[in-house]
Amino acid sequence: MRFIFKTKYSQDINIARHAGDKFWYSLLILVMAMMPLFLDDFYLGEISYICILSIAGIGLMILSGYTGLASLGHAAFLGIGAYTHAFLLTNGVPFLVSIPIVIAVSFLVGAVIGIPILRLTGMYLAIATLALGFIAEHVFIKWEHVTGGNRGMPVPQPEFMGISFYNSIFFYYVCLIFLIVSMFAAINILRSPTGRAFVAIRDSEIAAQSLGVNLGLYKALSFAVSGAFTGLAGALLAHYIGYLAPDIFNIFLSLTLLLLIVVGGMGSLHGTVFGAIFVGFLPQLIAICRDYLPSSIGSQPGLEPMLFGLILVFFILYEPLGIYGRWVKIKLFFELFPTYKSQTFKKQKVFTKSDRV
Amino acid sequence: MQLIQLVIDGIASGCIYGLVALGFVLIYKATETINFAQGDILMLGAFVAYSLIGIMGMDYLTGFALTVLIIAAFGFFLDAVVIRQIIGQPAFATVMLTIGLGFIFRGFASIYWGTDIFSFSTPFSGKITEFNGLIISYVNLSIIGGTAILMSVLFLFFNFSKIGVAMRASSENQLAAYYMGIPVKFIFSLIWSISAGVAAVAGVLLAPITLVDTSISLIGLKAFAAAVLGGFGSIPGAIVGGIIIGIVEQLCGTYENYLFEGIREISAYLVLILTLIIYPRGLFSDKAEVKKV
Repeated sequence: MRFIFKTKYSQDINIARHAGDKFWYSLLILVMAMMPLFLDDFYLGEISYICILSIAGIGLMILSGYTGLASLGHAAFLGIGAYTHAFLLTNGVPFLVSIPIVIAVSFLVGAVIGIPILRLTGMYLAIATLALGFIAEHVFIKWEHVTGGNRGMPVPQPEFMGISFYNSIFFYYVCLIFLIVSMFAAINILRSPTGRAFVAIRDSEIAAQSLGVNLGLYKALSFAVSGAFTGLAGALLAHYIGYLAPDIFNIFLSLTLLLLIVVGGMGSLHGTVFGAIFVGFLPQLIAICRDYLPSSIGSQPGLEPMLFGLILVFFILYEPLGIYGRWVKIKLFFELFPTYKSQTFKKQKVFTKSDRV
Repeated sequence: MQLIQLVIDGIASGCIYGLVALGFVLIYKATETINFAQGDILMLGAFVAYSLIGIMGMDYLTGFALTVLIIAAFGFFLDAVVIRQIIGQPAFATVMLTIGLGFIFRGFASIYWGTDIFSFSTPFSGKITEFNGLIISYVNLSIIGGTAILMSVLFLFFNFSKIGVAMRASSENQLAAYYMGIPVKFIFSLIWSISAGVAAVAGVLLAPITLVDTSISLIGLKAFAAAVLGGFGSIPGAIVGGIIIGIVEQLCGTYENYLFEGIREISAYLVLILTLIIYPRGLFSDKAEVKKV
């Protein structure tokens, strides 16, 4: 068991809690940077996809995990990011200029959408974001001279310092660098007063308001920041897919993002990466399961949504803190061995909190 | 005349939205949770009716009644076994749980029944009646009539039966109801079963129009618009909201050229968002205003 002896107040908001953190995370980054030496193109592509999912997960985690606002339409932001990026690249804007524009556009869209609908709470917000997701999908279909409608839209793969985005090693490094930068940005947002305000809103709106947090402003800001991260992920996703069609950004993608943060662990940035790994490998996992099942069940197209739902229900009921929560428990078990008590993380008995006045 | 024709068609499809919305409202009023799987339960209802009537060759009315009973029993156990476990968790958990359940139902339906489009014969299929130049199909009449009958039965049930009054009491104040000796947990499961039964009725009535496949569960999402417009928590509001949504959708579909292309598919969601922005308490809300920031 490690006890951190704090001698300064500023230690509370350090990025790395202790020297061990610095060592392990540097090692992780080093290993990730060496990956192209060991892995072939297929696995590099998979890991790039996981990086993209993690960035989108960070976006949704800031909104749902840290500010406590559910969004069932986050695929809309992925779509906005992807289409904006593809549109700009088609019109000859260079990659490095396009990315900041994409982030700015998604940020603004998030703010503009956020201001009116964030007056709603709980269920109403979930329903409203669901509706926004559908409307966005239809806009992608109908706004043909920008998005190409149902025909789809090819994504130009520009050359960057002589290397094309088709090169999987190069694309892997692009995704990895964006993930690391986004992770640092998210950590810094969350340890700043803004991030603390988000968490305060999640834990108790009334308490936050009494301490001077402007609820409307910070909720809209959370929506905008979340949109910006997700839009960035969308731009990278556009390169990964290579050909945009409106039905990619449907409700199923929004729910996949939610699955990601729930399975990874609500309210932890580690959780986004765990969740992204899980969601990224889920199709492969299902493909492997299919081989072991009798062909009458294994070949069914309904198997994937069914497993998707089962996993979601299982995590909500039995492990609400997700994979990260399980990891924390296992770590504590070994740190305290043999005195670990299962009651440490026992769910407190709670009663329904009423929204009714 | 064309306008009246459209309104009648709109009322018929609106009644389906209204019935699904009614399911949301019943559950929301009692337990303050929203069942995102309502549309999937509707789909299960349609599939069970297809099994009973289309495959096993039962009489339409017998099959209809049996379907509603089966789905209602299913709703009862759904609450008693699964939903009850997360009472007290944040709203987000319930939303995710019911979404997950919806996926399980849809996956189950496409594994058990397959992904083809099915239909079964009803006494109403293909018949129409003319009235002053208006063409009304028997299917639409059956939907409107079925909704009216169901609403009257529910009205009588909630106002004059002992269990119905106990349900209203549990919705008003759980603790007080519990002190009065009402078995609140059992009552809540019963409300889930009624709500599932109503969805099954909607599913069977809808089956002749849309045919039976897994995509009809999307109706559940449009029904949110109906429930919100009616002021989430009001039973007549749900039906009126549903009818308004149905009519708006028909009108938008016909006058698409004057508005913009594709407005029909999103009109329900536009109404939903506008309601939430402009008048979030809805048309018929008897409760206090929706909490605002």
